Amino acid sequence: MSVPSTTPRPAVANSGDDSSSARPTPRRDLGSSVWPLLEPLLPQVTKPIQYVGGELGAVVKDWDAAAVRWALMYPDAYEVGLPNQGVQILYEVLNELPDVLAERTYAVWPDLEKLMRAQGVPQFTVDAHRAVRDFDVFGVSFSTELGYTNLLTAIDLAGIPLLAADRTDADPVIVAGGHAAFNPEPIADFVDAAVLGDGEEAVLEITTIVRQWKAEGCPGGRDELLLRLARTESVYVPRFYDVDYLPDGRIQRVVPNRADVPFRVHKRTTMDLDAWPYPKKPLVPLAETVHERYAVEIFRGCTRGCRFCQAGMITRPVRERSITTVGQMVREGLEFSGFHEVGLLSLSSADHSEIGDMCSGLAQQYEGTNVSLSLPSTRVDAFNIDLAQELSRNGRRTGLTFAPEGGSERIRRVINKMVSKEDLIRTVVTAYTNGWRQVKLYFMCGLPTETDDDVLEIADMAHEVIRAGRAATGSKDIRCTVSIGGFVPKPHTPFQWASMERPEVIDARLKLLKQAINADRSLGRAVGFRYHDGEPSLIEGLLSRGDRRVGAVIRRVWEDGGRFDGWSEHFSYRRWVDAATEVLPAFGVDLDWYTTRERDELEVLPWDHLDSGLDKDWLWQDWQDAMSEYEQDDCRWTPCFDCGVCPSMDTEIQIGPTGRKLLPLTPTNGTGLRIPTPTPQ
Amino acid sequence: MVQRVRIRYAKRGPLRFTSHRDFARAFERALRRAGVPIAFSQGFTPHPKISYASAAPTGVASEAEYLEIGLREPVDPEGLRLALDAALSPGLDVVDAVVASGGSLADRIEASHWRIELPQVDPAELGRAVAAFSAAAEVQVERMTKQGRRTFDARSAVMSIDVMPVPETPSGFTAVPCAILELVVRQVTPSVRPDDVLSGLRAVADLEPPVSPRVIRLAQGTLTAQGAIVDPLDADREGAAIV
Repeated sequence: MSVPSTTPRPAVANSGDDSSSARPTPRRDLGSSVWPLLEPLLPQVTKPIQYVGGELGAVVKDWDAAAVRWALMYPDAYEVGLPNQGVQILYEVLNELPDVLAERTYAVWPDLEKLMRAQGVPQFTVDAHRAVRDFDVFGVSFSTELGYTNLLTAIDLAGIPLLAADRTDADPVIVAGGHAAFNPEPIADFVDAAVLGDGEEAVLEITTIVRQWKAEGCPGGRDELLLRLARTESVYVPRFYDVDYLPDGRIQRVVPNRADVPFRVHKRTTMDLDAWPYPKKPLVPLAETVHERYAVEIFRGCTRGCRFCQAGMITRPVRERSITTVGQMVREGLEFSGFHEVGLLSLSSADHSEIGDMCSGLAQQYEGTNVSLSLPSTRVDAFNIDLAQELSRNGRRTGLTFAPEGGSERIRRVINKMVSKEDLIRTVVTAYTNGWRQVKLYFMCGLPTETDDDVLEIADMAHEVIRAGRAATGSKDIRCTVSIGGFVPKPHTPFQWASMERPEVIDARLKLLKQAINADRSLGRAVGFRYHDGEPSLIEGLLSRGDRRVGAVIRRVWEDGGRFDGWSEHFSYRRWVDAATEVLPAFGVDLDWYTTRERDELEVLPWDHLDSGLDKDWLWQDWQDAMSEYEQDDCRWTPCFDCGVCPSMDTEIQIGPTGRKLLPLTPTNGTGLRIPTPTPQ
Repeated sequence: MVQRVRIRYAKRGPLRFTSHRDFARAFERALRRAGVPIAFSQGFTPHPKISYASAAPTGVASEAEYLEIGLREPVDPEGLRLALDAALSPGLDVVDAVVASGGSLADRIEASHWRIELPQVDPAELGRAVAAFSAAAEVQVERMTKQGRRTFDARSAVMSIDVMPVPETPSGFTAVPCAILELVVRQVTPSVRPDDVLSGLRAVADLEPPVSPRVIRLAQGTLTAQGAIVDPLDADREGAAIV
């Protein structure tokens, strides 16, 4: 089905019927730079440097020498999008191929969007300022569903028809990726394809197919290309699937409508991370961005089994990068970039089988330099503090964050986060006695089965942490910050069937918590409290578990001016509610139906035809275990519990220890100046 | 710290949109990439010893930006220049480096020479505006500063203001008329920037450039009695003739 078409075509996007007339004016050659049009606009906008490119690590290639051309987008502002690892990795992997060109584009702020519309400047890449519409493939990486409205802005500014069905051979194939692509149904009308899972090999496979199809003279046009992609069984092409609905609004079935198109599309898994040591040449922005560091992924996947965590479910199995590859990437990454911060990233970094040796080895290598090392610390145990101690040898202490996630012991059993209150207090006190004066505690609100009491226990915990900390250190100069995120049920998790709590309930609960924290003046003063309102979470819930009908809501919100929904100053709850009220009744459903409604076992979920490897029966069993507060162990240390991923994806856990150690760095000829190789421009 | 080196760098082309803060971060990374033995300040959070002289506004290109760095080991200035230039993005170009002989760099910045390209502005109309501006004793203009809206005189700091002959093809804008203005402006407080002079031209003669002007700083330094600008690094160069 398709969404009702209500928008008049915007100024830059002429009719898509005729490829020659569909170019934004004035007419340009394919692949030519729009810089002369863009440049006069830049003095009028905030932070113009974000649109200029010229970063270290950026690659500009000859347009005519490339057989396949990719535009890669992170659909948020440059300052958020540039550091994104996924885009950086794919950009580098693609540009390493001699006949492939990849450039990047980001969401433009409303001030520039307005000027671009007025002056007919199309969505452009920052590398060579080429029009996005000129590329063969337009890849968009979604880490969050709140980027969907920005996708529509980019498509529209590019002069590409909003609906995939209206596109012609003159338009690029729009491919969605990233974690949100595990349920691309809400944007099924706007994208041509979606890729589930790791992108490194997927982009190469897509490139091969596009290259071949173009070499043959583009037989069968766009339709044939999409069919070839769909036949790989790892690229989802929504248009080749029909969704039928039951009279009550639930999905009856999702079936292919073309021969040779698979019933299910499978996620991609890149095995052996040592063979993919990217980014080797990280992008180093001139503009200020949210992270200015060399980030290296020390492993991918997580089997801790936190039931709310989509990332932990869809990225299985655990695949470690070896200590020596990490050491080499850090050395080369720092040398290339000039960064002085290193982040050792993963879903639970302290779980790497050689994390101790890795941290002490790196700390030793960079002792006496101004390089600082950090580990996103969320595991609640003393080991994490040992690691942080090790990393702070240079004198720079990074913050410590612990994530018990749930306030009560009971709710932590529901979400499978096995931490006792005693563990937490002991761990935080250890941090205080080791010199940390401040720690951050992360929790969620709105979890399945949660009551006010579960959340109020957070206040008790914070008070006890401060009380014990004061007793242990003999000082009043210690603090903790309680940070609360809203729970959003996500596809491919045991909580995919759960009902969401209403925003009013969440907000009232958080108010009670705040009162409880401040009920004791002396302790309350030492506790910082940060939280998010319930409303944005509800909309994220609509988008994450939505089906194709939600596309009409996204479109309506976008037409109404919705942009940058991940930013509280741009997000409008009212706009989403109004759009849902306007378009959903025609389908017999509403906002609550998507969010606060609990699903039953037999309901066909919008993403059931998309295979993350997780066995649906196992997910259901884990959901039942959650309700009965039964915990599930980690398969790295206990026998396999049959989540289904390894056998169905033909993968296996890849962990160390390798037994190798990091050797001291040979001083790089002490005082000699280095002439870094300039990046090609 | 055993050596101080003064550096002249340029912000060219698209990278003129680099803000001063952006440049400062990029420069610190360049020092690390190039393995420069930079000296650090003492204290809990040591900072590299870098001091900047009057930076051009964001969006304004420049051939003459200056900074000074403190080193813990002596280096050959030309080797340093090459290494830093290679370590920075093309468009942020290190054009000169000399060992500081003493004095203060900031004290040698007395005036700036600017060129302003005004696409789609008729040179004759610009000429009339400039004549009115020059004839005025003072021209009050407004600008938003960090302290809020300020009103100040944009006229008295302007040493010279000239409409230049238009070359065949001004950069980027072919086949459209373009007027070119050159200014020498003294360093005063609050500083008078090229956009303040343009505000002044609007105030005295309603000159409204239809598109954003392109501004470039050609030089800054000490001012001679004749109104010429001397490169502040000349005084550090051995045997250089100092005017």
